[in-house]
Amino acid sequence: MGMMLTIHPEKCTGCRNCELACALEHGGDFRIKASRIHVYAWEREAFSVPMMCQQCSDASCVTVCMPKAMHRNPATGLVEYDASKCIGCKMCVQACAFGNAAWDALTASILKCDTCDGDPACAKICPTGALEWTDDDLAVQARKKSFATKIKNAFSEAQS
Amino acid sequence: MNGWMGKILRVDLGSGKISTERLDPKTARDYLGARGLGTKIMWDEVDPNVDPLSPENKLIFAPGPFSGTFAPSSGRYDVVTKGPLTGTIAASNSGGSFGAELKFAGWDAVILEGKAAKPTWLSIVDDVVELRDASRLWGKDVPETTEALYAEASEDSKVACIGPAGERMVLFASIMNEMQRAAGRTGVGAVMGSKNLKAIVVRGSKGVKVADKDAFVAACGEASRKIKEHPVGGTGLRLYGTNVLVNILNSIGGLPTNNFQTGHFANADMVGGETLAANQLQRPRGCFACIISCGRGTKVTNPKYKGEGEGPEYETAWGFGPDCGIDDLDAVIKANYICNELGLDTISMGGTVACAVEMFDKGIITLEDTEGLDLRSGNAEAMVEAVRLTGIGEGFGKKLALGSYRLASLYGHPEMSMTAKKQEMPAYEPRAVQGIGLNYATNNRGGCHVRGYTISPEVLGVPVKYDKDATEGKPELVAMFQNLTGAIDSSGACLFTTFGIGADDYAAMLTALTGVKYTGDDFVKCGERVWNLERLWNNRSGFTAADDAIPERLTTVPMPTGPSKGAVSHVKEMMPHYYAVRGWDAEGRPTPEKLAELELA
Repeated sequence: MGMMLTIHPEKCTGCRNCELACALEHGGDFRIKASRIHVYAWEREAFSVPMMCQQCSDASCVTVCMPKAMHRNPATGLVEYDASKCIGCKMCVQACAFGNAAWDALTASILKCDTCDGDPACAKICPTGALEWTDDDLAVQARKKSFATKIKNAFSEAQS
Repeated sequence: MNGWMGKILRVDLGSGKISTERLDPKTARDYLGARGLGTKIMWDEVDPNVDPLSPENKLIFAPGPFSGTFAPSSGRYDVVTKGPLTGTIAASNSGGSFGAELKFAGWDAVILEGKAAKPTWLSIVDDVVELRDASRLWGKDVPETTEALYAEASEDSKVACIGPAGERMVLFASIMNEMQRAAGRTGVGAVMGSKNLKAIVVRGSKGVKVADKDAFVAACGEASRKIKEHPVGGTGLRLYGTNVLVNILNSIGGLPTNNFQTGHFANADMVGGETLAANQLQRPRGCFACIISCGRGTKVTNPKYKGEGEGPEYETAWGFGPDCGIDDLDAVIKANYICNELGLDTISMGGTVACAVEMFDKGIITLEDTEGLDLRSGNAEAMVEAVRLTGIGEGFGKKLALGSYRLASLYGHPEMSMTAKKQEMPAYEPRAVQGIGLNYATNNRGGCHVRGYTISPEVLGVPVKYDKDATEGKPELVAMFQNLTGAIDSSGACLFTTFGIGADDYAAMLTALTGVKYTGDDFVKCGERVWNLERLWNNRSGFTAADDAIPERLTTVPMPTGPSKGAVSHVKEMMPHYYAVRGWDAEGRPTPEKLAELELA
C-alpha cells in the first residue's frame, strides 16, 4: 500500500498557498511559476481546482523517457525524477496528458511533483483540507461518504 | 532585495514613455509598500490641489513586501491616487492574486501618469511593458473585459480593470481584479477612467526572495496557528463571512437602518450571514495566500435576481439591505453582482441609494425626479434598478453617480448625506459605538471602517473588550488602530489577520522576510508615519479641523429606537483629546515635533 495526494475541489478556496509552499520547498524562494502544483480558477463561478502529478500507474512520462530519468519507485509506487539522468528532451512534458510535467528553462530541469519525499508541503499548508495526503487505497472513501451524505439529506428532505 | 523586488515601473500614458526606477531602500524600510509607498510617491510628485480627474493626478498600483509570499492572508495591493469622491488622498485595498502577480513580474509599484489619447490597456509580462489599444473593450463590463484579455494575453495573466462605471467616471467607481475582487472605495476607478486606461494585465515569472527562510517559515507558521485558533479569524469568517455581523450589530442597536435614521432593523436576520450560508452560499473563497476564507462564492436561483459570483460582504448586505429598508437577500446579492460587473463600490452605492430613498420617503424628491423609479423604503426591485442605472449612466442613475453628498446637495439637503469627507459611512452606527464615529470623522479618506476598526474591541471584544458607549480611552484606541492598520495595509497583509496576530507577529515575519530588523513598535511607527503623511497631504489640499466631522444627525438626534435608544455620538467632545494624542495642534495639524519624530520634517 502507498500514499497519494487527493484533491477535493469542493473545499478549494483558490488561495494558492499550495503553490507557495511547493515553490519555497523546492526552490528556496517564492517563484510559483516553478511550483509543481497549480490552482486553476473559474472566476465567474467562484470555483477552483488544484492540479499536480497523479502518479499514474501506467505513466506515459516513464514510458517515453529514454534515459530512464523518469522512473517508478517500486517501494512507494510513485513516479520519481532523477535529474542526473535527464537529457532535457522534454518528452515527458509532451507525453503527460494532464500537463503535470513541465520544463523550467531557468533551472534547465523538469518540474514534477515529488511529494516532497513523502511529506508534501502543499497538503501540509492547505488551510481547508482540499489537498490530502492519504493511503492510496482509501483515498476516495471520504468523498464517497460526502456524496452519500447528500443522498441521505435528499431522502430526509423528500420524506419530511 | 529580499521581500521587495527593488523596482518601480513608471508609465506616461500621454507620451507612451515607459521607464524603470530603483526602489530606494530607505523609502521601502520606512513606508513598507502598498498604501505607504504609494502615499510617499504621491507626496513627492503630485500637487495636493490637483483636480483628481485631470491628467496631472497619478494612479499608483502597489503590492506590499508580504505580497507574493505565504505570510498568512497577506497577498494584497493598494491603488493610491487623489480620490474624486472625497478630494482626499485615496488608497483603496484589494486582494485576489493581482498584487502578488505584480511582484512576480518584478515590480513593487506601477506609477501611471498623464492621460492616454484613446482607450488603452497596459500589458506587463515581466520586464516587457507595452500599451495596447482597448477601443473594442470600452463599454464592456468587468467579466467580459477580463475574459477578452485572458484570450488576448494569456490565461495565466491577472487582470485589473474598470467597468462602464469607471469609464463614465462615476465618483465611486471601483477597480476590479480577477472579476470579483475590488479596490472599491474613494473612486479610484473613476481616476483610471479619466486616464482612458481600461485595464492592467500582468504576468510574472520571477520569485520573491526571503532573507532568512527558516525564520520566515517559523514566523509564518506561528502567525497561522494564532489566526486558525482565533474564533473569528479561524472559524467565524469562514463559516459565515463578514456578513455574520448583521445580527451582531443589530443586537446592540448599531445596525444603521433607513439611511442612519435609526440603528435597529426588525428583519435584519433575513439578510445576515447565517441566512446566506443556509441558502445562496456555494463555498468559501480565499484571496492569494489566504487561510481565513471569508470570501463568499454564491448563486441566486430566484429568476428575478438570478446570477452567480462572489459576495456579499457585511457592508454590502447592510447597504442594499437594512440601510434601504430592504430584507430580500436575493435582491441584495443581485445588486452586489451588478456592482462587481459594472465596477461600483458597494458601500457608497448602497449609501447613495439609501440617501435617495430617505429623500423620496420625505417627499424631497418625487417620481418626476427619479424618472419613474419608485424609491420608497423597502422596494427591492427599484433599488436593484437604481444600481444598474448608476453603472450604465442612464436616467436617475446619472445623479446617483455623484454620490450621496452631491446628490442631496442638488435638492438642498446635504444633511441627509450620511458621509464623512463626502464618502459614505459603512455599517456601524456612531451613536451606538463611540470609537468608530471618531474613526469616521478623522479618517484620512473619509467615511470608512477599515482604517481604524475599533469594532473589534468595542463590539467583538478583540483583543480586549472596551465599553462601546464610553468615550474615555477612545481617542487613544482609535489612534492606535489607525496606526497599526496603516502598517498592515502597507505590508500587503489583510486587516483580518488582526483576528489572531499583533504588531510583534508582523514584525517577526517582516524581519525574517526582508532582513531589515523591525520590532513591533517599529512596525506601528511605519503606520503612524503613513497616517501623518496622509494628514499633511489633506491639510495641504485644504482640509481643516472643520472637516473632521460626521453628520449632525448622529451628534444631535438621539437614537430613536432599538437597544441603543437615546444614544448620541460624542465625536465633537472626543476630538481635542484625539488631536493631543496624535501630537497635533488644536487645528488638527501635526506639530513640528511630531513630524521630526516621524522623520517627516
